[in-house]
Amino acid sequence: MYYRRTLTEAQINQQLLGTVLTTPLWWIVLFSILGIVVAGTVGVVGWMFNQGLGVTGLRQPVFWGFFITNFIFWVGISHAGVMISAILRLSQAEWRRPMVRAAETMTVFALMASLTMPLVHAGRPWRIFYWVFPYDWARGIWPDVRSPLVWDPIAITTYLTSSILFVYTALIPDLAIIRDRSTGWRKSVYGVLALGWHGNPRQWKIQGFAGILLSALILPVFVSVHSIVSWDFSVSLVPSWHVTIFAPYFVIGAVLSGVSAVVTLMIVMRKLYKLENFIWEEHIDALARLLIVVAMAWMFLFWLDLVFALWLKEEQEITVWNLRMFEPPWSWLFFIFFMFSYVIPVSLWMFRSVRRSFTWMLWTSLLVNVGMFLERFLIIVPALMRKGPQTFTYATYRPSPVEFIIIFGTIALVCFLLLVFSKFFPLIPLWEEKEGQLLMDEVKVGNVYVPAMVKEH
Amino acid sequence: MANTQLLGLFEEPQKVADAMGELKSAGFPVEDLDIYSGSPFPEGAFGEHEAEHRLFMFPLVGALIGFAIGLLWTAGTQISYPLITGGKPILSIPPMTIIMYENTMLGAILFTVLGVLFESRLPKRDLGLYDERITEGFIGLYVDCPEERASAAESVLASNGAEEIKKA
Repeated sequence: MYYRRTLTEAQINQQLLGTVLTTPLWWIVLFSILGIVVAGTVGVVGWMFNQGLGVTGLRQPVFWGFFITNFIFWVGISHAGVMISAILRLSQAEWRRPMVRAAETMTVFALMASLTMPLVHAGRPWRIFYWVFPYDWARGIWPDVRSPLVWDPIAITTYLTSSILFVYTALIPDLAIIRDRSTGWRKSVYGVLALGWHGNPRQWKIQGFAGILLSALILPVFVSVHSIVSWDFSVSLVPSWHVTIFAPYFVIGAVLSGVSAVVTLMIVMRKLYKLENFIWEEHIDALARLLIVVAMAWMFLFWLDLVFALWLKEEQEITVWNLRMFEPPWSWLFFIFFMFSYVIPVSLWMFRSVRRSFTWMLWTSLLVNVGMFLERFLIIVPALMRKGPQTFTYATYRPSPVEFIIIFGTIALVCFLLLVFSKFFPLIPLWEEKEGQLLMDEVKVGNVYVPAMVKEH
Repeated sequence: MANTQLLGLFEEPQKVADAMGELKSAGFPVEDLDIYSGSPFPEGAFGEHEAEHRLFMFPLVGALIGFAIGLLWTAGTQISYPLITGGKPILSIPPMTIIMYENTMLGAILFTVLGVLFESRLPKRDLGLYDERITEGFIGLYVDCPEERASAAESVLASNGAEEIKKA
């Protein structure tokens, strides 16, 4: 049951604009630490470009390792943000209000982090331009649109542009609120960003339609992006990648890791920004219920992937699955992945007390993402490591310290960007919270007061 | 004769609706009245002018333009240097649809956002007669009227409980 917390517009402004209008000490400390980590990672990346990809663990036959795993991981994380926001907006779910902005923003920054990975992986990032621009202007030789390496940047750029526009459109009324609370140059900047918003009925009506229209348009993009990422694998002839189930399997896996990341973010936000009046146990509980359904759907698709591989009785397919599941160290990683991303969290989420505990939900959502990173790693590396008839040189893939630093660097990068965003923009949409307060009431049923929502048709 | 703008600031939505009703009865055209609020109120709550819009047309136009660009890009790049790869046809439809689809959706979303700005009549350089308390819970009732009717409008706003009336 949702319990009513009555707040005035002024209280909502004060509580949600705390970090925007003032700079707490913890923010400066965190900003400095994350900034140093990000700067250090940039230095390591620069050193790797200078030395060459030999400083990584990438060796024949494994040329896709941690970087591509990380690319897929962050694309996956980016998926839940917009998905949750879009689905909840379309279904007019009341509990969407505190989580949509943070989820959408995480989408944008996770996508940015994912986009850095192909650049890093290329070793010579300037060559990435060959994916987009002609190899040879004079003769008009363009990149081959039949290659999935061309589909990827197009899909991700579309998704990133759409997500940024989605965030900005819903941010305009809040920018006007900050404009009205600021002075000096900040007032001018927010004034420009707010575009002269007055909040008249016409603007509110269009804002409402925009949320629904953009949600409806962005959902198919979200499905297409991770499908296209999965086709990077499934259109190849590598055993265990060349399967038709990969698109839905990747999409659902992305939703699982992304929704878990939203849970982590909400809990951290609640603690850091003191958002107890906005993020409640009910919100986390609702997300946990959603996670149970998503995790079960994902497990079904994982099982199908395995069954399809075994059903054909193809030697190469069985070799890869055998490597993943029964040969150390992959079998250990497989065990950890399976326990972390499914068995432990889903078992725990069955209990109401766990679903409503911020501590439990924080740790279980983090476990899911550790497991999902391993899942992507186990899809990529063992499949490339199998010894085929054309394998003449062979080495086991072991990620080097450089790769570990870059992976942790991207986590720091996303946290850093979210932190910087929270300094300039509210992580919870103020106008949506105000609308929620306006439409919320209590109905007396017998001896109890039940929260009720007024809805427009 | 120049027009006068008035902005009455109210704390109660009901008072705004009453003032709006009285202004309309007094012959002030509904198009010259506007409401400013810090959060969305249900449509028609104040008896305001109902805005017509064509927002739904924008994604359609954007999608068509995006599709056309996608088609031009995919077909054009393959035809510009017709190199047969892996025995596949020069114009390979299935992968072309992937790029055309993404372009279609991008066009639809870009045009939707442009439509949102256009239909919201944004951006505006000047806020005009406005009060910062509107984003803190006050509701503004804006009246644009001929100078000789300004005092009549002002008295309606005052009699209906406006906390403050601003003039320009």
